[in-house]
Amino acid sequence: MAEGIRNKVAIIGMGCTRFGELWDKSAEDLMVEAFQEALQDAGIEKKQIEAAWLGHYFDEVNVGKTAALMSQTLKLPYIPVTRVENACASGSESLRAACYAVASGAYDIALAMGVEKLKDCGYGGLPQSAILTLLGTKSRFINPNRTAPGGFAMLATKYFAQYKLSPQEGKHAMAYISWKSHKNAVHSPKAHLRNEVSIEQIMKAPIIAWPLGLFDCCGVSDGAACAIVCRADMAKNFRPDPVYVKALQVGISSGEEMMFNNWDNAHIETTYRVAQKAYQEAGIKNPRQEISVMETHDCFSITELTEYEDLQISPRGRAKEDIESGFFNLDGQIPNQPDGGLKCFGHPIGASGLRMMYEIYKQLQGKAQEPVRQIKNPKIGLTHNMGGVPAANVVSVMIVGL
Amino acid sequence: MVGITAYGGYIPYYRINRKTIFGAMGWLDSATNVKGEKAICNYDEDTVTMAVAAAVNCLKGLDRNKVDGVYLASTTLPAIERQNAGVVATALDLRPNIRTADFAGSNKMGTACLIAAADAVKAGSAGSILACAGDARTGKPGSIDEQNYGDGAAAFLMGTEGVIASFDGSYSVSYDFMGHWMGATDEFGHFWEGRWVKEAGYVPFVIEAITGLLKKTNLQVKDLAKVIIPPINARDAETIVKKLKLEPNQVQNTMFDGIGDAGNASPLLMLAAALDEAKPGDRILVTGYGNGCDALIFRATDAIATYERAKPVAKLLSTKHEITNYNQYLTFRGVLPIETGIRGEELEAFPTQISRLWRERKEITALCGSKCKKCGTPQYPYQRICVNPECGAVDQMEWYRFSDKKGTLFTFTADNLAFTFNPPQAYGVIVFEGGGKFWFDITDCDPSKLEVGMPMEMTFRRKYLDKWRGLSGYFWKAIPIQR
Repeated sequence: MAEGIRNKVAIIGMGCTRFGELWDKSAEDLMVEAFQEALQDAGIEKKQIEAAWLGHYFDEVNVGKTAALMSQTLKLPYIPVTRVENACASGSESLRAACYAVASGAYDIALAMGVEKLKDCGYGGLPQSAILTLLGTKSRFINPNRTAPGGFAMLATKYFAQYKLSPQEGKHAMAYISWKSHKNAVHSPKAHLRNEVSIEQIMKAPIIAWPLGLFDCCGVSDGAACAIVCRADMAKNFRPDPVYVKALQVGISSGEEMMFNNWDNAHIETTYRVAQKAYQEAGIKNPRQEISVMETHDCFSITELTEYEDLQISPRGRAKEDIESGFFNLDGQIPNQPDGGLKCFGHPIGASGLRMMYEIYKQLQGKAQEPVRQIKNPKIGLTHNMGGVPAANVVSVMIVGL
Repeated sequence: MVGITAYGGYIPYYRINRKTIFGAMGWLDSATNVKGEKAICNYDEDTVTMAVAAAVNCLKGLDRNKVDGVYLASTTLPAIERQNAGVVATALDLRPNIRTADFAGSNKMGTACLIAAADAVKAGSAGSILACAGDARTGKPGSIDEQNYGDGAAAFLMGTEGVIASFDGSYSVSYDFMGHWMGATDEFGHFWEGRWVKEAGYVPFVIEAITGLLKKTNLQVKDLAKVIIPPINARDAETIVKKLKLEPNQVQNTMFDGIGDAGNASPLLMLAAALDEAKPGDRILVTGYGNGCDALIFRATDAIATYERAKPVAKLLSTKHEITNYNQYLTFRGVLPIETGIRGEELEAFPTQISRLWRERKEITALCGSKCKKCGTPQYPYQRICVNPECGAVDQMEWYRFSDKKGTLFTFTADNLAFTFNPPQAYGVIVFEGGGKFWFDITDCDPSKLEVGMPMEMTFRRKYLDKWRGLSGYFWKAIPIQR
């Protein structure tokens, strides 16, 4: 029987750049900034890092194949450095690889980096190349002319139909999600979008892919984030408040959602299944009571809405009630996206999973950059990082605690 | 008995009123003021896709393995070298050991391929041939051609079993008469003075062919239930009607006001419309004009009384949506070089892997997936390991065609971010009757009228134009079933 990863690995240092349309910064610049912050935070020297992973998605837009660019940019001294990719969950994949390496006993200290430089493609939204090849080059021939918002818009269309929500009712719940994240991001100095917007503004915004409007979509940003992990039993040698990994689970679609008739298209099956495994690994019996703070994958407002049900915090079909009652607000029972989330902190694909963890790590340590954003006495934090589209996706759920 | 055993027409969903065209271009030439509307392709349609649509209507309910050949007639074939009839045959999921041929170069090739199909069956070299014609000609902006030309297609299955209209003979005249012509590298066609075309070509050639055929078959004009004279403009067919002294009820409507001059498709669409109304014993004479003229005569059999039509021509005519913007029409025709944005550029700049298209042609071009022999689950694309989690059988699959299955719309979106020539880009998940589901583009629809659960069917369309490798990429899209 596998033991799982609980309490075997600790995070001892993290770094995260400002996210945004960083026209004057390259992927290399961003990696250097995140890396230097993490080294200082951990209080270690570069030579103590024994292995490293790079999470990154659009290699053709910026960093290319392998992790050679990262190794050469950071001047990592002939250690193993590997590029990993799992769509928008690539950052979480690099952290998973580093944690597994340490948990296996192969290394004591490892680095997980995530970076994405999206704003060199020449247009808004994500580069087209991913859409043409998500399921191999056959996608060119047989997949619809879709975009990322369109893929998730189909989740909203079906969710509304299944739970008999009028477009107005559905859009109101989604608007509340984005309203909350904008409010949080005002106090998040490294976030991409730091303005408050009203529910009315959100609901009246131009439609990107029906029923999703502009404010239902997250920021498309440049940025990098990284983590330094070590063996749990040596973590306190580096700092008094390391953050311990309690669960680390990943799941990917089996083809049932895309090709078999049993999926309702109104929830994310991988999130549901991966969350169950993660709760079991972390020993969490009642997530609604036990989780202190979350950063979930809000690429689109509807994604966040369905996550509340798939993470088994809200009952099926009733996330709207929790959302609109403020349950996930900064002063609610489980604050979600205290840093603004993908929606406002921004979404440089490969960096997002590590950015989520950066916020949870700081919250658990009581070091959220502006005190107004600091959650009181958090014990257990959760990150949920998703890639792909509802019908073909990868989900990572990580649970950490002090 | 050799004759027509099945048929189907196709008229694209979009129409443009000729007033719209005249409103935009009439300042140039007031003589282009023509009445009525014309049928026009969506941006994702061409002669091949329209021929497939007509053939799907023709072959509804029939065993496609019994088709021994496909002929396709057009002056607007999308490919110069890559047999267009071969694309049609592949899309229809026909057997590979069949005869295929493109008929090109003149507007009498639609009737020519009907004759060739009938002759092949008569000679015993084929049991049945699917003869298709389609055209999507673009008149130069401001020209009378632009007002006259419309788009459409029709398909006829010629055979010996279950004949609904016997083929009773043909007569042809051929002349190097250049009323209209087009060079191999021309973007638009050319024409000589209209009165000369009418008086020296159209009227005498059509009459010569009809007279010749009647003499050959020992028939009189009064023996004909319907005479089909394809239109070359709004008026000139009427001159032939008068000269032949046809009674009004003998004249088959040209549909010029509803479709326009659809080139090779016109006589065949008119024949389909005539057969929709024909009674047993009716003789129908059809002519095809262009560099001469063909005349063919058919006689409806008793079987026509019980023949079930997938989509009668009247239904095709009434299923429509008007485009009110001339510039949108020009964009659909590829005449106006619009801004596609970098996203649109990248969509076009993804070269086709030809060997992959060939290897997976049955999935891509024919929309065939697999059906598990163990649990009966249909699945798309073809899977070697069954997608049913309760089954998971390995290599227990048989081919399963989805293109002729109806379905319902499971979910959808209308996307303003995706680049398309007809925004917003609608797409959604189709759940097929009998099982199986996949996501598809949705075309020929009003995106604001899409609803979860609405009935849908599949249509063969051009998915992209690969400008790098000079080819059209075809696939299937979903359309709402028009009630």
